[in-house]
Amino acid sequence: MKPCFVIRWPIFLLLCLPSVVTLCLPTVLAAQSAEMEQGKRLFESQCGSCHGTLGNGGRGANLAQRQLRRATDDEALLKIIRRGISGTEMPGSFLTPSQVSSIASYVKTLGRVEPEEIPGDARRGEAVYASLDCQVCHTLGGEGGILGPVLDDIGARRSATHLREALIEPEAFISHGFLQLRVVTKDGRAMTGIRVNEDSFSVQFRDLVGGIHSFWKDELDTLEKMWQRSPMVSYEAGLTSAQTDDLVSYLVSLKGAR
Amino acid sequence: MKTLLFVVATAAPILLSTAVPGVAQVSYERILAAAFEPGNWLTYSGSYGAQRYSTLDQIDRDNVDRLQPAWVYQARSTQKFEVSPLVVDGVMYITEAPSDATALDLRTGRPLWSYRRSIPQGIVTCCGQVNRGVALLDDQVFLGTVDAHLVALDARTGRVRWDVEVAEHTEGYAITVAPLALKDKIIVGIAGGEYGIRGFLDAYDPRTGERLWRFWTVPGPGEPGHDTWSGDSWERGGAPTWVTGAYDPELNLLYWGTGNPGPDFIGEVREGDNLYSESLIALDPDTGELKWYFQFLPHDVHDYDSTQIPVLLDAEFGGEPRKLLLFPNRNGFYYVLDRVTGEFLVGKQFARQTWALGLDENGRPIENPESIPSREGALVYPDDDGAANWYSPTYSPQTNLIYQNVREKGATYYLADATYEPGKIYMGASRRTVTGEDPKGFLRALNPLTGDLVWEIEVHSPPWAGLMSTAGGLVFSGTMEGDFFAADAQTGDVLWRFQTGGPIYANPISYLSEGRQFITIAAGSALFNFALPE
Repeated sequence: MKPCFVIRWPIFLLLCLPSVVTLCLPTVLAAQSAEMEQGKRLFESQCGSCHGTLGNGGRGANLAQRQLRRATDDEALLKIIRRGISGTEMPGSFLTPSQVSSIASYVKTLGRVEPEEIPGDARRGEAVYASLDCQVCHTLGGEGGILGPVLDDIGARRSATHLREALIEPEAFISHGFLQLRVVTKDGRAMTGIRVNEDSFSVQFRDLVGGIHSFWKDELDTLEKMWQRSPMVSYEAGLTSAQTDDLVSYLVSLKGAR
Repeated sequence: MKTLLFVVATAAPILLSTAVPGVAQVSYERILAAAFEPGNWLTYSGSYGAQRYSTLDQIDRDNVDRLQPAWVYQARSTQKFEVSPLVVDGVMYITEAPSDATALDLRTGRPLWSYRRSIPQGIVTCCGQVNRGVALLDDQVFLGTVDAHLVALDARTGRVRWDVEVAEHTEGYAITVAPLALKDKIIVGIAGGEYGIRGFLDAYDPRTGERLWRFWTVPGPGEPGHDTWSGDSWERGGAPTWVTGAYDPELNLLYWGTGNPGPDFIGEVREGDNLYSESLIALDPDTGELKWYFQFLPHDVHDYDSTQIPVLLDAEFGGEPRKLLLFPNRNGFYYVLDRVTGEFLVGKQFARQTWALGLDENGRPIENPESIPSREGALVYPDDDGAANWYSPTYSPQTNLIYQNVREKGATYYLADATYEPGKIYMGASRRTVTGEDPKGFLRALNPLTGDLVWEIEVHSPPWAGLMSTAGGLVFSGTMEGDFFAADAQTGDVLWRFQTGGPIYANPISYLSEGRQFITIAAGSALFNFALPE
C-alpha cells in the first residue's frame, strides 16, 4: 500500500521559502503537537496502569523526573518501551515504531513537570526510618538486611502515593522477586523465606536471617507460595499521620547515587 | 576429460545405491518408509504422519535413570536454539540462528561443514531470528532463511546449489520453519503475521529452485473466501504458515496450519471470518489446490495462530475405521478432524481458556465478548503465546495417548491503533501479564479420540519444549529452567532428569549411532546428545 500523497523535501522547502516562520513553523508545531497528543493518549492507555496516568509512578517507576535511571538516553528509552526490562514487571510492547516514538516523546516531557508537593519533612523522616528498624530487612547505603528491596533509589522508582499505600498495606504490593514461601520438609522441619529461584524439580529460598536453603521438591511435604503475604507489617496504626508524611518524604528523597 | 566424466556418470548410480557414510542420499521412498529405519530421523516430525514417535527401545523405563550426556555441540549464536535436527547415515544436520546450517559427525560430535549466511541489516521477526531445522531430499539440504530465501545446499559440503527469494523480507516476510520434502517438491511456509504480510504456502522444484505453485492463505479478488475480508484488509491479512505440516501419501494430501489474521488484535478493520487464517488447510501437493479447510477460529483477535503440528492417526472412531487428524490448538481446544473430508469430530478444552464460552456442534467457537482487547484492557487466558505453540506434540501407538506441553498464562490486552507501514509491526495492542501468580505449565497426556486428560505433570513455567515418545515407554520433555526429563508414558512418573543450564525451546529426537540409541535436545545455546553408558 502506498501513501496517498508524498511531499518531496525540495518542493516542501520551496513552499516554505516565502515565509518560513508564518507558514511552516505552525505546520511543524502542529505535527509535534499531534505526536505529543498521540503519545499522551497511548501513554495513558498502555502505560498508565503501572506508571500512573500522570507518569508520576505507582507500581511502576516514577517517570516524572529530569533523569530516568534506566532510560539514560533516547535510544535506551525507545528500547525499553519496545522490549521491556528483563527480570522486571516492565513488559515489551507490540506497538508500531511511530507509536513507540510518540510515547517516548511524551515521556520526555514528564521530566519537565513540576515535582509533586509532598507534605512532611525528610530529615525527620530519616529518624522515623531508623526508629522503625526498617534496616533489619531493607538495605540503604550498603547497610541493612536483605529480605526486602534495596531502598537507595526508591524515590526514583516509586511515587509518594505508592509508598504511602505500601506502608499502610504492604501486602497489596509485593515487590517483584520477593515471593514469600512456607515449606515443610518430609522430616517435619517448617521454614519460611523469600524465593530465590525455582524450577520444576527444586526450589531455593533465603530464610528470615539470610541463610540460603535448597531442596528437591520431592524432599518437601509442603511448598506454599504466599502471594499476598509480606514479612513487612502495616504501619497504619504504628505511625501518626505526621510521622507517615515525614517517612514518605524521606523515602521520596532517596534518588540513588548518580 | 570426456572419459573421466563418463566414468563418474556411470559410477554414480552405484555409489549412490549404497549408504556411504557422510553422504546423504535421502530418497522420497526412504522418508515414506521412515518408520522402518528408526536409527535415522529423516524429516522434521520423524515421519510424514508427524507423530514424533521413535520405535527405538534400547533406552527404556528400567534403564533411563542411567542416561547421561555423550557429547555436546555449542552453537555460535545466543539466540533461541529451536532446532529439530535431522539424522541420516552417520551425520546430523542442524540449523543455528539466524539462518545457518551445520553438519555434525555422529561419532564424535565434530562439525563436518557449516553454511554461514550473511543476513541483511534490519530483518524483522516477531519472536527472535530463529530457525527450526532443515529438510533433506536426495543429496541436498534445504534451509529457509530469515531474509525469506530458500536455499539448497550440497549435503556433502554445505555448498550452495541454489538460493531463491521466496518473498521480500523488507515487507516483513521471514522464514523460520523447517521445509518439508515431498516426492518432487520442497514445501516451505512463511512467517510475518505481526507485520501485515499476506500469507502463503509454496512448493519448489528441489533440483532448480523454481517455484511450482503458491497457495495464498488469504484469497485474492475473485477467489473463494475473498469476501470474508472487509475492504482491502486482505492485502495485509496475515495467515502465515510458519510451522511444518504433515502429509498423507495415500490420500496425497498435504496438511498445514495457518496463523493469525492481521492486525493481530484489531478486528474492526477486517470484518468477516478472515479465511484462511486460523485454519487447517488440506492441499493437493501436486497442484497446490485446496481440497478442504477447517477454520478453528474465525475472525481471531487474540493472536492464537493455528500453526501447530497436525498429527495423523488411523483409528476406530464412532465404530468405524477413520483417518483422523489430531490438533491440540494454541487456543486451548483439542480438535479431532476427519482428514479425508475435514469434518469436525471433536473439540475439547485441554487448557485454561477464557476467550470462548464453548464450541458449537460444527466446532465454531462461541466467543466471550469480555475477552476482546479493549482500550480499558481485557483479561484473557491463554495470552497470545497460547496454550500450545509451534513446539511439537507426540502420539505414542504403544500407549495410545497424545502428549502436549501446555501453557496456562493470562494477560490483559490494551487496544492501540495500528497503521500499516511495510515491514513494521502491525498488531494493535499492548500486553500486561497477570501478576500475583506464577503462570502454570504442564505436560498433559490426552485420550487422542476425546481429548480427555489421562495424566499430567506440572512444570514450573509454561514450557516451550516439544515432546517425543519412544517404544521404550518414555516421553521426553524440557522446561524453561533447563530441565530435560523423561517420564513414564503410561503413568507420567518422572524417571530421569538432567539440568542443562539453559531454557529449552526445541523438540527432542532419537537416533542410533553405531548401534547405540541417542536422545538429542537443544537447550540454551547447546545441543545435548544423551546415551546410556557404554
